[in-house]
Amino acid sequence: MDLSFSKEEVAFREEVRTFFRENLDPVVRKKLQEGHHTSKEDLVNWQRTLNKKGWAVPHWPTEYGGTGWSAAKQYIFLEELQKTPAPPPLPFGVNMVGPVIYTFGNEQQKKHFLPRIANMDDWWCQGFSEPGSGSDLASLKTTAKKKGDTWIVNGQKTWTTLAQHADWIFCLCRTDPDAKKQSGISFILIDMKSKGITVRPIQTIDGGVEVNEVFFDDVVVPAENIVGEENKGWDYAKFLLGNERVNIARVGMSKERIRRIKELASIVMAGDKPLIEDPQFRQKLAATEIDLKALELTQMRVVAAEGKHGKGKPDPASSILKIKGSEIQQTLTELMLEVTGPFALPFQPEGDGQNEEGDWASPIAPTYFNYRKVSIYGGSNEIQRNIIAKAVLGL
Amino acid sequence: MDFDLSEEQRLLKDSVDGLLKASYDFESRKKYRAEQGGYSKTIWGKFAEQGLLGLPFSEDDGGFGAGPIETMIVMEALGRNLVIEPYLDTVVLGGGFLRRASAEQRAAHLPGIIDGSKTFAFAQVERDSRYDLGDIKTTAKKSGAGYTLSGEKFVVGHGDTADTLIVTARSAGGQRDAKGAGVFLVPADAKGVDIRGYETQDGSRAADIKFDNVEVGADAVIGDAENGLAIVEQVVDDGRIALCAEAVGAMEEALKVSVEYIKERKQFGVAIGSFQALQHRAADMFTALETARSMSFLASMASSFTDLAERAKTVAAAKVQIGRSARFVGQSGVQLHGGVGVTMEYRIGHYFKRLTMIEQQFGDADFHLRRVAAAGGITE
Repeated sequence: MDLSFSKEEVAFREEVRTFFRENLDPVVRKKLQEGHHTSKEDLVNWQRTLNKKGWAVPHWPTEYGGTGWSAAKQYIFLEELQKTPAPPPLPFGVNMVGPVIYTFGNEQQKKHFLPRIANMDDWWCQGFSEPGSGSDLASLKTTAKKKGDTWIVNGQKTWTTLAQHADWIFCLCRTDPDAKKQSGISFILIDMKSKGITVRPIQTIDGGVEVNEVFFDDVVVPAENIVGEENKGWDYAKFLLGNERVNIARVGMSKERIRRIKELASIVMAGDKPLIEDPQFRQKLAATEIDLKALELTQMRVVAAEGKHGKGKPDPASSILKIKGSEIQQTLTELMLEVTGPFALPFQPEGDGQNEEGDWASPIAPTYFNYRKVSIYGGSNEIQRNIIAKAVLGL
Repeated sequence: MDFDLSEEQRLLKDSVDGLLKASYDFESRKKYRAEQGGYSKTIWGKFAEQGLLGLPFSEDDGGFGAGPIETMIVMEALGRNLVIEPYLDTVVLGGGFLRRASAEQRAAHLPGIIDGSKTFAFAQVERDSRYDLGDIKTTAKKSGAGYTLSGEKFVVGHGDTADTLIVTARSAGGQRDAKGAGVFLVPADAKGVDIRGYETQDGSRAADIKFDNVEVGADAVIGDAENGLAIVEQVVDDGRIALCAEAVGAMEEALKVSVEYIKERKQFGVAIGSFQALQHRAADMFTALETARSMSFLASMASSFTDLAERAKTVAAAKVQIGRSARFVGQSGVQLHGGVGVTMEYRIGHYFKRLTMIEQQFGDADFHLRRVAAAGGITE
């Protein structure tokens, strides 16, 4: 038993940290530190910087551009990325559809899509949830009917993150209406420029637009755009959702938030002292730091087990990472809100992120509102509790 | 980064688990409690035979030179089985002081601990000291080559059966001064020592002890009579680390018996474990247990930190997590059991009680949270 990182891993941490600091546009870094939105260009540029370095898709098999790093190194890479902070990789390509394509796709799909995902030549979005299918995803109704050598897709997807930027969407569609719920679903790749697709933005309570509804009205999709076998899409979706847990804890990001809270709470005055010297505030922050430390260690246990015993089925214990990770992220937005005091109130539509000095307060309440999502998405925390109860405790 | 036990550590775990499985079921524990002194000398003898009592001491001192992970393994097992024998008091605390004591003191006392013939108790708590280790009214007045101790100590774990008491007393300074605190070895049968023993809430024993002009020699002082607080802090941190591991073991078993119970217990024609309200509580208990386990690992690792401030802060953070998790798991275990959870007959209530008392020892969650906050947090 040894919780310390090896010399090589420590050196690796230094290497990635230096690379991130030296190669990330300071303007983008500042936007992230202050909680402003980053633009499409910010993300694409950063992904291409990583790709040039060979770090675009570290966790992929080396033949498709992966780095072959150990689980511990992958962990360090992500933590440093979040701590910098640098733009997080858009998950829909590198974490979701990419692994599905290299695991279940055909040669043509691999050759065409994988390099374009790594270089972010295509912006991907995810077509899973529907208005009537949230936690009960397998009840989805969007259909794809065979017609000659095409699929005709009809239906509606929702909560489609950043669909407004997307070139492609990967969709779960019902291809066998007579089969049992899970067994009549296929995994289909659809060009967002296709005729019959309408994207309608959903404004969230923070005032932002990051999710959308996507409507499919007799959309014609080439037959070869199906991944793997027809009616096996549910298996691929489960595989994809399992991979999603890898980075769900967001430990590095929460560390960066704590740094920011301490920074701001040292400036904001509460009486004749900075807020950070208020014992009650300090204790609340310390309590969250302890929660985060426990989460970090728990994540390291999951990572170490994976490194040692191989990546098999996702560890059901990783549901803890989702639950605690999201709770901590939410608590930190709450503490940030407390730091802001009355200056949380003014509503300022998000500009270009180049806000003037002294405008640090404007993104804080919106972020707090927005972050209620983290205990809802990716399998709500209640679903995670169901997973623990069933898969771990055998209830 | 590796969280697996080594081959030797696994063997140790198997042997402790094996011993306790064979001899420490719920009914046996009741009998041990009723024995003279409130625990089983036979079990203590078996601990000695298996080498558990010599685990943390160097081979030169006749021990096995094992590290903090080995102690963690033992403490978790003791927690799982609600063991009431004085391992914490004698091996972890008593042994903790002796490991930092002079060669003569080690030679005089360690063989007795290792072979199981002698036990120790740590007399630290005073009427007004609460969790402040440096808050000491008991005095140690210089007298000839030695010292004369006077004062009162409370809730001394296994204080009524220990052969030797390790007593904090003030040789200089005011009640709460860091300087002036010393640590003294006092034979329990020394003249002027008055011991009143009693049962504790969790089935173990403790004692309130009066010291009335108790004479000890110069060889009774561990370290420096005026600068003993640093040792006390380190040894108490050893104790906290051990309690964290014990709590993890107790929580693990509390969750296990609770899940077993709700799988068996039927209401409305079905096992109550099929109800989501209960499933979610059980899932939250699992989360509380595993986050506590992570912090217990970290605390055990911190045991070998050379930066003592960092060591203390890490242990404090672990005790916060353990305190919160233990409270939740204990209370929830009782809740899942329903009415039988508050009866003496069922095991869960006993786990709940032990977990509750661990929180009251060497600082509760709020006490340690204040320490972590005062130190500026623990995020690097």
